[in-house]
Amino acid sequence: MTTHPSFDIEPQDLLVVLRHPPHGTQWLREGLDVALVAAAFGQRVGLLFQGDGIFALLKDQQAGALGQKGTHSQIAMLEMYDIEALWVSEAALAERGLAREDLMLPTTSLNAEAVAKLLRCHPHTLIF
Amino acid sequence: MLNYALLVHAAPYSHQAALSALRFAETVVAGGHRLKTVFFYHDGVHNASALMAPPQDEVHLADGWKRLHDEHGAELLVCVAAGLRRGLLDAGEANRHGSASHSVEPPFELTGVGQLVDAMLTNDRLITFAP
Repeated sequence: MTTHPSFDIEPQDLLVVLRHPPHGTQWLREGLDVALVAAAFGQRVGLLFQGDGIFALLKDQQAGALGQKGTHSQIAMLEMYDIEALWVSEAALAERGLAREDLMLPTTSLNAEAVAKLLRCHPHTLIF
Repeated sequence: MLNYALLVHAAPYSHQAALSALRFAETVVAGGHRLKTVFFYHDGVHNASALMAPPQDEVHLADGWKRLHDEHGAELLVCVAAGLRRGLLDAGEANRHGSASHSVEPPFELTGVGQLVDAMLTNDRLITFAP
């Protein structure tokens, strides 16, 4: 895993921060809904996956076991909506024993300093 | 003077954030600013319930929001997707879904997330209240 402390962040119109896993609560699903709708309205949207939100991107997810739809179908739609600015917290990955290769989409990992910069440089941020 | 929009994620009486949102909203208008939109999303949609009946010695949250609409013109928008699955239906939706009763009445309006995006883009500030 590479770190980009001086990574040049290209700010989007809206940053959606996702901090919850696919199952257990409705946070992730409703956060992704906002991202998709904003993109459909012509906004450039970036996503930051933090904490357990990292699990949203894990490969080989299934739905149904808990009676919840899951969110992988929404994740699969991101590219179609031109949501390609996907940032992951390097610490969140490491704490969970994960690497970017475990994720279903290409992402950029950010250290704590870069996450702070990411939040500062966006005009609008919604946190879920 | 600034134009404000609020995004409320917290369920009424479950979490302080719902009451804090109302207190903040009242302070916005008292300070001479404009409260243009309140958008209820996630569990915050329950703030729009016409059926809430808190004890008389507690703040009535839905009435508080209605007052902000009546006296200051704040639009009270409820996400229709988040609302329907949680039992927040206006008369039209109740009719469409064959429900015997409805739980959302004007001035609360069921609307789409697009209105949240619009509120974010057209106001000086969007403040989120979440549990």
